[in-house]
Amino acid sequence: MDLIAALHLAAPEAFLAVSALALLLVGATLRPSALVVWVLGGLALIVAAALAATGPLGAAFSGGFVADQASAFAKVAIYLMSAVALLLGAGWLGRLRARQFEYPILVLLAALGMGVMVSSGDLISLYVGVELQSLALYVLAAFRRDDAKASEAGLKYFVLGALSSGLLLYGASLIYGFAGSVKFADIAAAAHAGAANGVLFGLVFLICGLAFKVSAAPFHMWTPDVYEGAPTPVVAFFAAAPKFAAMVLFARALGDAFPGAADQWRQVIIVIAVISMLLGAFAGLVQRNLKRLWAYSSIANVGYALVGLSAGTKEGVQAMLVFMVLYMIDVTGFFACLTALSRDGKPMETMDDMAGLMRERPGMALAMTAFCVSAIGIPPFSGFMAKIYVFKAIIDAGYGWVAVVGLVSSVIAAFYYLRLIKVMWFDPTAGKVDAAPLDARGVAFAAALFSFPVVVVALKLLDPLARTAASAFGLS
Amino acid sequence: MSGILSLTVFSPLIGVAAILLLRLFASPERQEASNRAARWIALVTTLATFALSVVVVAQFDRHLTGFQFVEDQAWFAGFRYRMGVDGLSVLFVLLTTFLTPLCVAASWTSIKERVLEYMIAFLVLEVLMVGVFCALDLIVFYLFFEGQLVPMFLIIGVWGGQNRVYAAFKFFLYTLLGSVLMLAAILAMAGTAHTTSIPALLAYHFAPHMQILFWLAFFASFAVKMPMWPVHTWLPDAHVEAPTAGSVILAGILLKMGGYGFLRFSIPMFPYASHVFTPLIFTLSVIAIIYTSLVAFRQTDVKKLIAYSSVAHMGFVTMAIFSGNIYGEQAAIFQMLSHGVISGALFLCVGVVYDRMHTREIAFYGGLTARMPWYAAVFMLFTLGNVGLPGTSGFVGEVLSLVGVYHVSTWTAVLAATGVILSAAYALTLYRRMMFDPLTNPKLADILDLNWRETAIFVPLIVGTLALGLHPTFVFDLTAASAGKLAAGYQMLAGR
Repeated sequence: MDLIAALHLAAPEAFLAVSALALLLVGATLRPSALVVWVLGGLALIVAAALAATGPLGAAFSGGFVADQASAFAKVAIYLMSAVALLLGAGWLGRLRARQFEYPILVLLAALGMGVMVSSGDLISLYVGVELQSLALYVLAAFRRDDAKASEAGLKYFVLGALSSGLLLYGASLIYGFAGSVKFADIAAAAHAGAANGVLFGLVFLICGLAFKVSAAPFHMWTPDVYEGAPTPVVAFFAAAPKFAAMVLFARALGDAFPGAADQWRQVIIVIAVISMLLGAFAGLVQRNLKRLWAYSSIANVGYALVGLSAGTKEGVQAMLVFMVLYMIDVTGFFACLTALSRDGKPMETMDDMAGLMRERPGMALAMTAFCVSAIGIPPFSGFMAKIYVFKAIIDAGYGWVAVVGLVSSVIAAFYYLRLIKVMWFDPTAGKVDAAPLDARGVAFAAALFSFPVVVVALKLLDPLARTAASAFGLS
Repeated sequence: MSGILSLTVFSPLIGVAAILLLRLFASPERQEASNRAARWIALVTTLATFALSVVVVAQFDRHLTGFQFVEDQAWFAGFRYRMGVDGLSVLFVLLTTFLTPLCVAASWTSIKERVLEYMIAFLVLEVLMVGVFCALDLIVFYLFFEGQLVPMFLIIGVWGGQNRVYAAFKFFLYTLLGSVLMLAAILAMAGTAHTTSIPALLAYHFAPHMQILFWLAFFASFAVKMPMWPVHTWLPDAHVEAPTAGSVILAGILLKMGGYGFLRFSIPMFPYASHVFTPLIFTLSVIAIIYTSLVAFRQTDVKKLIAYSSVAHMGFVTMAIFSGNIYGEQAAIFQMLSHGVISGALFLCVGVVYDRMHTREIAFYGGLTARMPWYAAVFMLFTLGNVGLPGTSGFVGEVLSLVGVYHVSTWTAVLAATGVILSAAYALTLYRRMMFDPLTNPKLADILDLNWRETAIFVPLIVGTLALGLHPTFVFDLTAASAGKLAAGYQMLAGR
């Protein structure tokens, strides 16, 4: 395959890479109004999403880069969510009068990393994608460098992220050593031929590294601190798209490289999923800070997504994809609410701040209520539909007890979501709330409307797309 | 007339949309005017829904055993949107749409805060309640069943009494825990039978060991909803703290969903398991009838007393359902309808004096006959209905359930029959303490009798109670075909 055809397959990523570098040059040398860079960055993401949706399918760079239905599905979602994050970031930095041009470039680079992750066909591109994405996110977390808390979050994220990258690399090198190849297809063949034990040993480390990236328990320690410390619009970004990308990468690594070892890795994934669901439910009970609370909520939700993956079937992967898309929209909407809400210029981040919100800002309170209800899994909100998918997949795979654990943990978690609803609806108001900025409010309302009722219609569209995407992996 | 069910179910949403527009565009200064408009919108919408459901019942062909007005459309993940009613469900649709306008009217002056939100919550709740009885797909059923938690949580929590937060949480978490187990069973059933269509599942035979698991999961949900002893403890709290209309809906409709669930799912889909667990149900029912009647006797709060009496009356329903014969099934449906009207009316009666005096302490009242003769008469009628006096609807349901159970288990029937005496004891004692004794409390000196609005609320309920009591054939005609099929199928499959 010649280079032109290969670049044609990788057009969205090539376009993003060129755009990011060009914008960097433009920003650094011409010093235009920073807003231009932001707008162009957003446009680049939308164009990349369009390219991913319409581009050709195939493998390039001797199998290191795969463009299939799954990667196309994931990329469209990732690039669009990144564009939304850009919108939130633009509004936020604009209000601080510090709209630097580096922010959109970092988002673009992170998105590029995610694009490479979901398209990776071997361990090298897997690692390159993960690192590119992570490095951009470390910087974003500490973007407010004069803010001690944000710097702390960035540093914590970096140190623990580096540790997980180390685990990932160690696992990859073991797999390479025992299988004799970095390509997923060759690893699958080698694992099948009997080099199993060493490869499986490497696989465990690989899973640990990836579990770190999706913040699944017991590799979740960084999540609450980073969520709490990092600026809210940045959290809105890295709570959504990167998690999705890492989950798709999970499916790709397990499905393409270890389709025959499903019985082995399923045990590991189920344990991780069950611990995540229970820990997310119990640890959330004592949180007063909403960003921390939603960090634990995200740990639990990643657990649900992993339940879908652990089914080890096509339906399971489809369930995981649908779950993550619906979850991404909910979580972005929630953090958009937090971005929008402030009292006397100070962001409202604790339970107590939200007291009586229903009287002060009924629109925002309704949106947050929708996200809470959706997170509990009450029909007909999107969270319910998402859970239906994963639990149906795991029950059909014959692991009904996992579904029961998941459902019971969702009842436990219901308590803290309900407490937030209670605080907003029942308690007397805690004081005037500043007017919500248009961008964050718009994102919040759009996400809430998606959560219900748009999801009812959207699922009709999403369901077949996710099914096609899921069939691209090597699972039956 | 296809589509009329969906129209009935979703018609309250028109009212929701109208009130939302009002919320967005009415000027905040004219709060009182928009509150009044919201009340009227809600009343008109719920009355229109009632009219639609009357059309459904009128068009319903009582000779058919299958589902009627069936709708079927593709939805997500291979699930389908299926609606339809049969003899078991059609009257519950009517009961729901009958009680909701009364609830709106009962909240007319007692709800002063956040009227628009309250009316929206009620209309949404009506959609979900009617939907439960019309759903012909497990997922659609679950959607309506579970969706009710949120509006009810808000109704109790925002507009409730002193201890409302505790009651709202207890209600939500109890019910949620029960229903997620049902969800697991629903998904497992979908995996086994490869469909979630209720008509298809009714014809599907699950293996005995699976029936046991599924039955227990459904039981967890319906027993909490019903509520059966010992998971009934959320009900008195929820009732006491909820606003009057919320209590009416809880007692009148939400409790009936447990019984409806047993009739719709447990008996026909898991006949083997139902047969195995019948002794358990009988035991729990008898305990519920006797124990909660005794508990009711000791209550000092009117609403709590009526709440415990509801648990006792629901004991008759569960017992009748699991008797598995046609008397039992018809009695269960009848008793649920009758209890829906009577207990709803009793809570409204409490609401009348609560609105005036803002206390539900029985000891606070006494001698009300002197000041409120009309009110005393109305309360007397519903008290007697609750006791099961011949001529009221309560009598028919209780006697017939005892007949149904007597065929299966004599001792259960005998023990349950003591509940009739106990209910007379606590209900009449309540009546004596509130209505007769001399009027000693000076605060009651100026209490006013029923006004025209309250009278208008009670008239349909009085008509309903007496009509059901004097002419029960209306119900039996409509339910005979479906209940007969249910009982025959159960007796064949359960090997009786």
